[in-house]
Amino acid sequence: MAQMTMVQAITDALRTELKKDENVLVFGEDVGQNGGVFRVTEGLQDEFGEDRVFDTPLAESGIGGLSLGLALQGFRPVPEIQFFGFVYEAMDAISGQIARTRYRSGGAHTAPVTIRSPFGGGVHTPELHADSLEGLIAQQPGIKVVIPSTPHDAKGLLIASIRDNDPVLFLEHLKLYRSFREEVSEEEYTIELGKADVKREGKDVTIISYGAMVHASLKAAEELEKNNIDAEVIDLRTVSPIDIDTIIESVQKTNRVVFVQEAQRQAGIASHVISEIQERAILHLEAPILRVAAPDTVYAFPQAEDLWLPDHKDIVEKVNQVINF
Amino acid sequence: MKHVLDSVESQFEMFQILNEDGKIVNKDAMPDLSDDDLKELMRRMVYTRILDQRSIALNRQGRLGFYAPTAGQEASQLGSQFALEKEDFILPGYRDVPQLVWHGLPLYQAFLFSRGHFHGNQMPEGLNAMSPQIIIGAQYTQTAGVALGMKKRGKKSVAVTYTGDGGTSQGDFYEGINFAGAYGAPAIFFVQNNYFAISVPVEKQTAAKTLAQKSVAAGIEGIQVDGMDVLAVYAATKDARDRAVEGAGPTLIETLTYRYGPHTMAGDDPTRYRTDDLDNEWEKKDPIIRFRKFLESKKLWSEEEENKVIEEAKDEIKKAIKKADEYPKQKVTDLISNMFEELPKNLQEQMEEYKEKESK
Repeated sequence: MAQMTMVQAITDALRTELKKDENVLVFGEDVGQNGGVFRVTEGLQDEFGEDRVFDTPLAESGIGGLSLGLALQGFRPVPEIQFFGFVYEAMDAISGQIARTRYRSGGAHTAPVTIRSPFGGGVHTPELHADSLEGLIAQQPGIKVVIPSTPHDAKGLLIASIRDNDPVLFLEHLKLYRSFREEVSEEEYTIELGKADVKREGKDVTIISYGAMVHASLKAAEELEKNNIDAEVIDLRTVSPIDIDTIIESVQKTNRVVFVQEAQRQAGIASHVISEIQERAILHLEAPILRVAAPDTVYAFPQAEDLWLPDHKDIVEKVNQVINF
Repeated sequence: MKHVLDSVESQFEMFQILNEDGKIVNKDAMPDLSDDDLKELMRRMVYTRILDQRSIALNRQGRLGFYAPTAGQEASQLGSQFALEKEDFILPGYRDVPQLVWHGLPLYQAFLFSRGHFHGNQMPEGLNAMSPQIIIGAQYTQTAGVALGMKKRGKKSVAVTYTGDGGTSQGDFYEGINFAGAYGAPAIFFVQNNYFAISVPVEKQTAAKTLAQKSVAAGIEGIQVDGMDVLAVYAATKDARDRAVEGAGPTLIETLTYRYGPHTMAGDDPTRYRTDDLDNEWEKKDPIIRFRKFLESKKLWSEEEENKVIEEAKDEIKKAIKKADEYPKQKVTDLISNMFEELPKNLQEQMEEYKEKESK
């Protein structure tokens, strides 16, 4: 076991799969000698050669199309979109092409492509370098969307994503890249896609979240404990498809739910999950389900970013509202 | 200060072997094709013209779905495909069904594609091709990927794609040729310039005098070819293929051609944007007429032979339509089962729901 940041855990996962399967290719803008702008691919080109780990020209749609073409030749491409705000350039490649390949061809072709990309905010980047656009892709049938919240999860989920025979969007939260280290096994292991993880057990309220907001939720849970409120925190880990069983089991226990997302209220995962809960477990609910989310503006300019992003205090407030309903 | 446009554009002259009168005008470029090959090219063009006529008729009878007419473009489509090997991978546009058929797609599947049945897209084992792309230009970036994959595998094959004049305005067009050029990947990019992207004429599409010259920006080879001359298209494709498999990288081939029919059978009216004079001018350049003249001058073709091909085509089309009619209807449960290798819970639940609906 070694102490790893999320960046190191992701690099370790890429190395594991590059070693294990010669069909795995890692590529994108600056991923070669530069090791990626966040150093996620550091050292991989030296270790595996330019044939396996390589730079691309600067064009996201081209990267998407290249990935699908390589998949058609039996490769298992792991492209990087340098910042997920750039995904608009690759929307057709991802949603119009890669996600539809198996379906369109009746299974004659598949696209086992894992698109990695940093997303989320809180690190004061220029515009379109930080955003929470997971909802855009989660809305597209045919592709899974995976978002780890810890280094351990990142490694297991990324290996599982690369081995999956369908396309996966793997989003890495900018703020979690180096914010903490934890024990990560140097052995290979996978974490099943589509399975949520109960990061903290509790009986009074269920806080559902993913990505960086899992940590805000855990911090909120600590605060709430001081007031004898015992919160359960569920980390979705895969936001498409949703692990509805784990959620419903928790709702039946706590009868109260707050959904926490960094994305804007109008965009995203919360609305979908809340609809599923009310369809499947409304009689178990003692209060309306509340959301903690960013306001419905375009992503905040850096000077207002810290105020704009939801934090643990917002979560404590909403939890108190559902407890006292 | 040196401005280069004039000198670049003047380099792109139309490559032709067989002129409108069926005479060889470029003997040195004559490809090495046997008499049987020449006859086979003619057979395929005649067959495909009949396929187009029957498809239009079937569409009008409501027995076919989406259909993009092909008449006029036979030399472009079939001359290029004829230069390919089985292991070459085709990424077609929506009008490029004939290339798929001659690359090995059973005709009934082409009809199922038209009717909107997914089996029409389900390439049989061993057929190296994608189904026709709907998004203009998306196939160009994918072609760069297929070609790079072939290079990485050490294959002696090429990835081949088609778009039209309008497609060259797309970002994916540039990204595709640029990626393939940067990786020295074995790809052939066709632009079938039929002068109209639905209704917009090519001179409103770009300031470039030729579309072939767009290759210069990507640093790859480019050539403009008479797209009504099946020998020129074949020779240019063969040359591009030979160079690509030898590691010389991709080629952009612009073929100058014309679609006699509408853009698709879904209500396009070419009289809104084309004149009869223009139609007549192009029909004089017809690829089949000129090639027939050429073959007749060599005593390789007769009316009798042509009629035999026409009858054969009609018969096979009839059988293929029957087979398409008999193919099991598509169900929502088929669609669901093609979403993922393993269905997640939401789709499992929906599968049960639709199984029940479909059993009623």
